[in-house]
Amino acid sequence: MNLEYFFSLLLGGLTRGSIYALIALGYTMVYGIIKLINFAHGEIYMIGAFTALIIGGALALTGLNPVLIFVIASLAAIIYSAAYGITIEKIAYRPLRNAPRLSALISAIGVSIFLQNYVLLAQTSDFLPFPNLLPSLKFLAPVEHLISTSQFLILVSTTVVMVLLTILIKFTKMGKAMRATSQDKDMAQLVGINVDKVIMVTFLIGSATAALGGVLISSHTGQINFYIGFIAGIKAFVAAVLGGIGSIPGAVLGSFVLGLTESFGTGYISSDYEDAFAFIILVLILIFKPSGLLGRKENEKV
Amino acid sequence: MKKLLVLLLISFVTFGAFANGQGETGTIKIGVAGAHSGDLASYGLPSVKAAELVVEMYNANGGVLGRQIELVIEDDVCKPEVATNTAAKLIGENVVAVIGHICSGATKSALGIYKDENIITVSPSATNPPLTKSGDYPNFFRTIAPDDAQADVEVDFAVNTLGLKKIAVLHDKGDYGKGFAEFCNALLENESGVEVVMFEGIQVGAVDYSAIINKVANSGAEALIFGGYHPEASKLISQMKKKNLDIPFLSDDGVKDDTFIKVAGEYSEGAYATGPVDTTSNPLAIKATEDHIAKYGEEPGAFFLNAYAATLAVINAIEKAGSTDYAAIDAALKSEYVDTPLGKISFDQNGDAIGVGFAIYQVQNGSYVELK
Repeated sequence: MNLEYFFSLLLGGLTRGSIYALIALGYTMVYGIIKLINFAHGEIYMIGAFTALIIGGALALTGLNPVLIFVIASLAAIIYSAAYGITIEKIAYRPLRNAPRLSALISAIGVSIFLQNYVLLAQTSDFLPFPNLLPSLKFLAPVEHLISTSQFLILVSTTVVMVLLTILIKFTKMGKAMRATSQDKDMAQLVGINVDKVIMVTFLIGSATAALGGVLISSHTGQINFYIGFIAGIKAFVAAVLGGIGSIPGAVLGSFVLGLTESFGTGYISSDYEDAFAFIILVLILIFKPSGLLGRKENEKV
Repeated sequence: MKKLLVLLLISFVTFGAFANGQGETGTIKIGVAGAHSGDLASYGLPSVKAAELVVEMYNANGGVLGRQIELVIEDDVCKPEVATNTAAKLIGENVVAVIGHICSGATKSALGIYKDENIITVSPSATNPPLTKSGDYPNFFRTIAPDDAQADVEVDFAVNTLGLKKIAVLHDKGDYGKGFAEFCNALLENESGVEVVMFEGIQVGAVDYSAIINKVANSGAEALIFGGYHPEASKLISQMKKKNLDIPFLSDDGVKDDTFIKVAGEYSEGAYATGPVDTTSNPLAIKATEDHIAKYGEEPGAFFLNAYAATLAVINAIEKAGSTDYAAIDAALKSEYVDTPLGKISFDQNGDAIGVGFAIYQVQNGSYVELK
């Protein structure tokens, strides 16, 4: 048993899991509150990456410090994508809120395809290089070969986001309103909670974390194109279902389970079946625990 | 009256037979077969134009063996079932050689018919390896390198030039990338003392490749050969270099693309890739292209230069052989070199062109440089 190899796979899995988690949060929060699978979510992640690329490229001309450029580009990506998230909700989902669930789902798929093609036309179908803005950190002896700067940044950022989100949901007024809305939307409205505002904030937070994921992964792999949101979105969706869709800790757990499965599966078995591992796990969990790892069993209202 | 008619008829038949049998006074007929209509016409029509240009040039100078050359152009739509009819028609026209066919499938189905009739066939574009390597079609030649030639060049370079002993082979699971990787794998296994430490397909579009890179590092590979296209290649090489895994990266002509360098940036430096030998500066290639633009008013299309070379090779072989006899042309093709837009070429015993093929390129200072 090669320990160093094991740890490098572990860290690789955690990195991938972190990215899935940042995207999966959006899926699970939106589902938790309005019972909608927002299939346009992967595109928000992609738009975040593109925004950072464009802003970063423009700022690079000014000769600012690369790290500062990265921070500004990330913030711009988060704000811009959050604006996209809210707009999509307003245009594509709000009018359908009382329509059958299938209509909103189809609307989501439509938005997803629209955004992909919009970016394709506005930018290009080619892969674009994402500038390497982060300095190479020197890690100490035992971990120096195990982790790269971008991986380290991904792990740290994800942890910070998780902590902030937990505080927001557990201890703030808005968090309380979100929890109430997810339990019973009509009742929440009756007790004076502005449901529209809660839903808007949910889309805002979900989009912001997805955009952060997009920026981080692009600086990790160094390239983007208009199609990156599709596969990442599908994987994050699987992670959310795995953990129990609607549950925030579930989404995080599911993402790490998925990321680690893929990493260890590739490392110890074969990368030929990388995607298969993810779906085998999904099928197994859905057979034995249909509500997902941390999902609540819902009683159908009759 | 009746007797006279019969006599006349007999004389017609005998004269006809005489003309056909001797054939020394008429034109020399060369067939051109390929997709000239349908969705693959853009692959076939440039060959027709190439053959026309070459034949015009020869005919203006008095033809070959003192006879004019005539082209017999037949469409096979790149369909194997049509190609057999095309072949039969060309044989009916008494062609001495065929330029074509274009698609590997159609070429294969027509080849059996040409073989039975002893007709030389030179394809400008059929790259399927068994067409030459199987030895089933001694009448077949081509002016394009077969699919496995890249793997040949790559493995030879990795083993004999770089002296590598442990190699990891990855591919993108696609037809092209996996095919290339499998050819490399098979060739590497035949090399003594060389070990393929891993052979795997990667997930195209995956969020990152750190797991597979870790695996390559852990396998102890001295180099990585990748079969596939540039988006995955640039992701792989960037992550490899970021992980301080600094081993040679070798790939195919799907990666020999400037986009690869643009996307992978500094990380692409030193990467190797095979690509077709560069002939754009060849004076014959420049002339052929100019002639095409002068006559047809547009840039030549796919396989134009390969077809031009094929036609030149056939006519040159007839000239050198001094006859249109199958065995003589066959021997001339395999022994005589001819100047073509692809460089000086001849053909090996299998029928693959010598001098046409792939070269190793390396990224040096942000652009691909052909290694001699």
